[in-house]
Amino acid sequence: MAEQNETKTNRLVVRLATAAIAMFGFGFALVPLYDVFCDITGLNGKNFSQGPAEVTSVDRSRTVKVQFVTVNPADMPWDFKPTVRSMRVHPGEDKHTTFYAKNSTAEWMVAQAVPSVTPSEAAPYLHKVNCFCFDRQPLDAGTDTEMPLLFVVDPELPEHISTITLSYALYDLTDDQKVTQVTLDNDKGRASL
Amino acid sequence: MATVDVDLPHVKDEDPHHHGPAKGLGRWLYTTNHKDIGSMYLIFSLTMFMIGGIMALIIRAELFQPGLQLVEPNFFNQMTTMHGLIMVFGAVMPAFVGLANWMIPMQIGAPDMALPRMNNWSFWILPFAFLILLSSLFMPGGAPNFGWTFYAPLSTTYAPESVTFFIFGVHIMGASSIMGAINIIATILNMRAPGMTLMKMPLFVWTWLITAFLLIAVMPVLAGVVTMMLMDIHFGTSFFNAAGGGDPVLFQHVFWFFGHPEVYIMILPAFGIISEIIPTFARKRLFGYSSMVYAVASIALLSFVVWAHHMFTVGMPLVGEVFFMFATMLIAVPTGVKVFNWTATMFRGSMTFETPMLFAIAFVVLFTIGGFSGLMLAIAPADFQYHDTYFVVAHFHYVLVPGAIFSIMAATYYWLPKWTGHQLNETMGKLHFWLSFVGVNVTFFPMHFVGLAGMPRRIPDYALQFADFNSMASVGAFIFGFSQLVFIYNVIQNVRAGEKATAQVWEGAQGLEWTVPSPAPYHTFSTPPKVD
Repeated sequence: MAEQNETKTNRLVVRLATAAIAMFGFGFALVPLYDVFCDITGLNGKNFSQGPAEVTSVDRSRTVKVQFVTVNPADMPWDFKPTVRSMRVHPGEDKHTTFYAKNSTAEWMVAQAVPSVTPSEAAPYLHKVNCFCFDRQPLDAGTDTEMPLLFVVDPELPEHISTITLSYALYDLTDDQKVTQVTLDNDKGRASL
Repeated sequence: MATVDVDLPHVKDEDPHHHGPAKGLGRWLYTTNHKDIGSMYLIFSLTMFMIGGIMALIIRAELFQPGLQLVEPNFFNQMTTMHGLIMVFGAVMPAFVGLANWMIPMQIGAPDMALPRMNNWSFWILPFAFLILLSSLFMPGGAPNFGWTFYAPLSTTYAPESVTFFIFGVHIMGASSIMGAINIIATILNMRAPGMTLMKMPLFVWTWLITAFLLIAVMPVLAGVVTMMLMDIHFGTSFFNAAGGGDPVLFQHVFWFFGHPEVYIMILPAFGIISEIIPTFARKRLFGYSSMVYAVASIALLSFVVWAHHMFTVGMPLVGEVFFMFATMLIAVPTGVKVFNWTATMFRGSMTFETPMLFAIAFVVLFTIGGFSGLMLAIAPADFQYHDTYFVVAHFHYVLVPGAIFSIMAATYYWLPKWTGHQLNETMGKLHFWLSFVGVNVTFFPMHFVGLAGMPRRIPDYALQFADFNSMASVGAFIFGFSQLVFIYNVIQNVRAGEKATAQVWEGAQGLEWTVPSPAPYHTFSTPPKVD
């Protein structure tokens, strides 16, 4: 009786300990799950498409306002701003604009911008054909540059959206060989939208 | 059901192999006895309660008047952080584990916990976890200052150096909780006396069984999230670092996936305690036993799908806000069932108002107030006004102080005669109750008003219009804090001397623990009792 109880207890303990270890793994599994969830639902405004857009028709009956916003994290000393604050575009039309960046420090630096779109619902409809955010941007001390952005607003953009805000946060990657990759590739498969 | 008829021919153990406790320090270091370990958990919890309480009083002293007078803002932040961490992980959780250790084997007719050696281990790593955490106060850069919720990047990129010690402290206390939970489940599922079916178990046992499952489900997630922080800080990963492709909002999701079940871990055993005490002093069976069990189980299940109500203002699509709002409100239903059942148990009972009953009734009333302010916070559009204000502070202190803490005090007074063999000093018990009751309400009720008016939490200074209510709250906090010295006096006095308690102690008490003599012998139920 007592012995039988002991094996029963041992089995239960093994199961419970396995459950605890599995939940530890689940905590980490939440990280990719979170990305997948944002991907499917388009939350977080990171669900945009990049690369050549296959948009053929231009919808001249409709005008959408695209606003550009830049953000510098606290430890980022560069001047970083859009050359135009907003544009009126017809869906389907190729548009080009630039962003200005100046390394005002006395040292060579590398930076990369991470985009985000508001409302997040509009993110999949803003195609970036070419964007400075695809690459890292090195700048010598005191030099500046204009960085290009080529984009198309998809004519499929839902009717109720009349303004899209495209925000860039610029991150310092100079001493950052530790950051191996800025994950902008979470959406490669959607370029054909 | 709580009423059990017991056929118990012997209470004293004649087996010469079973002797009393060992002598000296070794008794406490090497003990595998559930009563010894229970006592150590309770003493540890009381110590942490006092340390966390001193931190709370430093906070309230600074907030007595507007302006900065006593402490540096950074030290103030360390105090709010450490107060929260110590009270949650050091005071409330170990107190419930201590009560579980003492009472669960006695309530189900088991001789000890299922895994006594692991029981010793899970207690003894706990003081070290808190030594590590508390030692950070004396480190350069100071203790953790990012709030007990340790949101990234505040707790990663901008954290003081001591954050690593905090992370290891959390790992150790998490391991302790998980081992404790495994032990409790194994004890309850495998060691019940013959005839003690699941639906005959006392509610304290039931609520702890469910709590233990919650612990196993979410403490590893907490361990996971602090491990991610550790990797972000020291190994160059970017779980929560936007510059590296991570996301700080992810931190909040993972944290609250742990955090919301955690708040139920701190209240479900309290529900069990109250469900033991009210029937005793109302001299009636608990109303709706099975609905109580199902209510606790459904609260536990719902706790996994409401976490984002802590994050309404962080940014969420409308569908998310609506889902989490209604899911949260749904929890009010099983909670309402419990409050209704406690009231119905008291209805037409022959009630007497001994100290444990006073704490239990105060629990029902004040916890319900905290529940209602929780419902207000659950309303997503209104939450944008309340978020991160003193209204939130008032809410969770109402459910944790007159909720969890009062239930622990009620349990201590209720079972103390069984532990020590001495009847309570009712006069001193009532003095403690009334001082605490007044102190708690004077402290936390005004916080509702300043919170609704927009006073932010975790800030050492505030606008002038909040001055009166804040000084009131500080006065209340000192009353409440110092009245706990009465509690300590009562416990020590009761251990040392007092009128001899009978086995049943309380006239209306039902259940196996009241069939053994008071004080409970070192070994109880070496031969299982028969429960009909």
